[in-house]
Amino acid sequence: MANIHQFDVIVVGGGGAGLMAALNASKTARTAVISKLYPVRSHTGAAQGGIGAALGNIEEDSPDWHTFDTVKGSDYLGDQDAIEFMCHEAVQAVLDLEHMGLPFTRTADGRIAQRPFGGHTNNVTGKPVRRSCYAADRTGHMILQTLYQQCIKNNTLFYDEFQVMDLLLVDGKAAGVVAVELATGELHVFHAKAVIFATGGHGRIWEITSNAYAYTGDGCAITARRGIPLEDMEFFQFHPTGIFKLGILITEAVRGEGGILFNAKGERFMEKYAPRIKDLASRDVISRAMYLETRAGNDVNGQRFFYLDVTPETVNKYADLDGRTRPDGTPYHVTAAEIMSKIPDIADFCLTYLGVDPTRQPIPVQPTAHYAMGGIPTDKYGRVVVDEKNTVLPGLYAAGEVACVSVHGANRLGTNSLVDLVVFGKHAGLDAAAYANGADFTPLPANPTELVDETIARFQNGSGKERVAKIGSELRAEMFDNVGVFRTQESLEHAVEKVKELRERYLQVKVTDSGKIFNMEMMQTWELGNMLDLALVTAVSALARTESRGGHARDDFPARDDVNWLKHTLAWMNGDQVTLGYKPVVITKYMPKERTY
Amino acid sequence: MEIKLRVFRFNPEKDAKPHFDTFIMDVDPNDRVLDLLEYVKADFDSTLALRRSCAHGVCGSDAMRINGRNYLACKVLVKNLKSDTITVEPLLGLRVIKDLIVDMGPFFENFRSVLPYLINDDPLPADGRERLQSPEQRERFEDTTKCILCAACTTSCPSFWADERYVGPAAIVNAHRFIFDSRDTAAAKRLEILNQQIGVWRCRTAFNCTEACPRDIHITTAIAEVKKAINTGKLD
Repeated sequence: MANIHQFDVIVVGGGGAGLMAALNASKTARTAVISKLYPVRSHTGAAQGGIGAALGNIEEDSPDWHTFDTVKGSDYLGDQDAIEFMCHEAVQAVLDLEHMGLPFTRTADGRIAQRPFGGHTNNVTGKPVRRSCYAADRTGHMILQTLYQQCIKNNTLFYDEFQVMDLLLVDGKAAGVVAVELATGELHVFHAKAVIFATGGHGRIWEITSNAYAYTGDGCAITARRGIPLEDMEFFQFHPTGIFKLGILITEAVRGEGGILFNAKGERFMEKYAPRIKDLASRDVISRAMYLETRAGNDVNGQRFFYLDVTPETVNKYADLDGRTRPDGTPYHVTAAEIMSKIPDIADFCLTYLGVDPTRQPIPVQPTAHYAMGGIPTDKYGRVVVDEKNTVLPGLYAAGEVACVSVHGANRLGTNSLVDLVVFGKHAGLDAAAYANGADFTPLPANPTELVDETIARFQNGSGKERVAKIGSELRAEMFDNVGVFRTQESLEHAVEKVKELRERYLQVKVTDSGKIFNMEMMQTWELGNMLDLALVTAVSALARTESRGGHARDDFPARDDVNWLKHTLAWMNGDQVTLGYKPVVITKYMPKERTY
Repeated sequence: MEIKLRVFRFNPEKDAKPHFDTFIMDVDPNDRVLDLLEYVKADFDSTLALRRSCAHGVCGSDAMRINGRNYLACKVLVKNLKSDTITVEPLLGLRVIKDLIVDMGPFFENFRSVLPYLINDDPLPADGRERLQSPEQRERFEDTTKCILCAACTTSCPSFWADERYVGPAAIVNAHRFIFDSRDTAAAKRLEILNQQIGVWRCRTAFNCTEACPRDIHITTAIAEVKKAINTGKLD
């Protein structure tokens, strides 16, 4: 018999969104955080360049400009009411983080430092604006540490290294979750009035990715199995500057500090694709440009990579050509030491993994699978909405990368992931606690661990004809080749068939470790099942969408099609069947127009 | 290149005592040691248990002992080790639970004991904006903000091996991060904690911690600054 616990609010996931949710929910409700990792291991800690907020500490800025940039960056698929809410809340959110102790880099007058980032502009001049609030190139690390420190201060209750494997829904309401304690293999049922999923993304389904091993889409897969739709899963961001082959992220801040992208001919190719803001165009725009350059034979050595050059000579030369100045009007000229102080971790990655000193040599980069714009559909209070009419499922919440509010639409702007997790983590926590305080516990089902028991038994009794590692590597290669930066009907049909075949073969795997203590083989086998589910939903959603928009680029349908496709995809899973539906985009102030940079 | 990978194994549900498994494999000199452990799981023995997540040195999951020294397995490449035999063991000084997984409980307890969070009950600025801090004040504690709590330092420390009640270098680093933050008001309280018998004075300046730190934090310097602050009562 499983151990039973009871809480008003359960938060699943200990990254930025989960910790924000816990800090806010625990003010008024009995709250616990369940995380498969120690919270400080969460992927929020890998975020580098900054958190966007129109503080205007260095130059004029406004939350309305941030709103418009985000709408435009989303390729008009983001819901404008939610975007406006987020961008206005961002200012206070960043100040709250500072008040909690976050050690932001400072301006000379002691304020939070800000720098330019892709797609963030002065809406009057169209030029890049300094909006990204940062702590060197480890802003996510500082956010994660600061929130964890606050949780310690507040005696937040954690169940560390517990893997949530199922969501319990009774009579259309959330009733709790089922988790396995990794250290003992014991099952635990957490009976709760409200459940908040903050489990992060699923970039591990692609071969080249910036994402952590932990990013296997657990939250999306768990909820999808319980009949909750997934929204806009065809939109996944490929960040243009991953370290060649390894996929490790090189932050956009490198270009914010003046770094330039070059093709094999030594051309600054972004001039062709984004004549106004060039190397600081949106991520989807640059990743597509790299693909087109590759197709034209302009990639380096025919190996599909390019050079990112942040050496002082290059930065200063192009800053002069662009007429870039410092806030006091003097020309923007940098030294190697200044670059090192702005991007110390990036320099460390380059030295460690490439043997390259970025202040002396260019960095070889290629697009890397980075961020899920899609996920569990929610409203701006983090409440999960389950159909075309946005009907709320009482007691169920999602926040952070696992959720689709949607504020990122078809393409997320840099720095907005951190804004998202702080703002919506907070509001999901507050709303979940308020809901829990006015609700009764929904009785648990008769056998709450039934689905988890069946899953574990299947893993133990598999034929063993197939192996997790093999299926996983075939999945990642297929997704990268055929559901990557560019897609076609042919490539997507191939992917759908291949993923179905892999799902069939997955039923034949067997977990050879028969132990209970830290059975990581069992966990990774289960995670692969989640990835197979999300890969299928992604490919099916992408096949249906016959247009190009943001992170979803179709070679066979190169134009955006607002007449037929200005709408969100909803995908329901039922075994191998994916059923699609659509719901309208919320448009308030900004009518869709052509998106150029 | 061909290497011999020796991996510490211990399954508490089967083994009376630990042993080493040896794997001969052909690897790229640029492979991370973490990649090798993943090859073991994929091709040799899927039951190998270890923690890992980000795979590029920022999450702190995969600190372990590699050829006798603490590293993050994802941040050390085969070629860096300059050896065709690679021996991988769990961190020392913490109880081994299974294979390369150790009990991190005492480590996090020590971390919690130093009040590792900003303490300042003064009113916020009247305009609701940020507390001001000059770049120089910010720089004062820059180095110790980098800690990822991987435990590579603490578990390389002979004083910690001798007594796990010693708060250890990682906890002192995190205390330092707040003691020298101009916005914090509880330095005296933390210095009092670290002045206790299991505090900073257990440090014998062996420098193992500084060598082990995958974030290149000057840990021994930070500890010395805390000792000095205790002795002089000043934060300069």
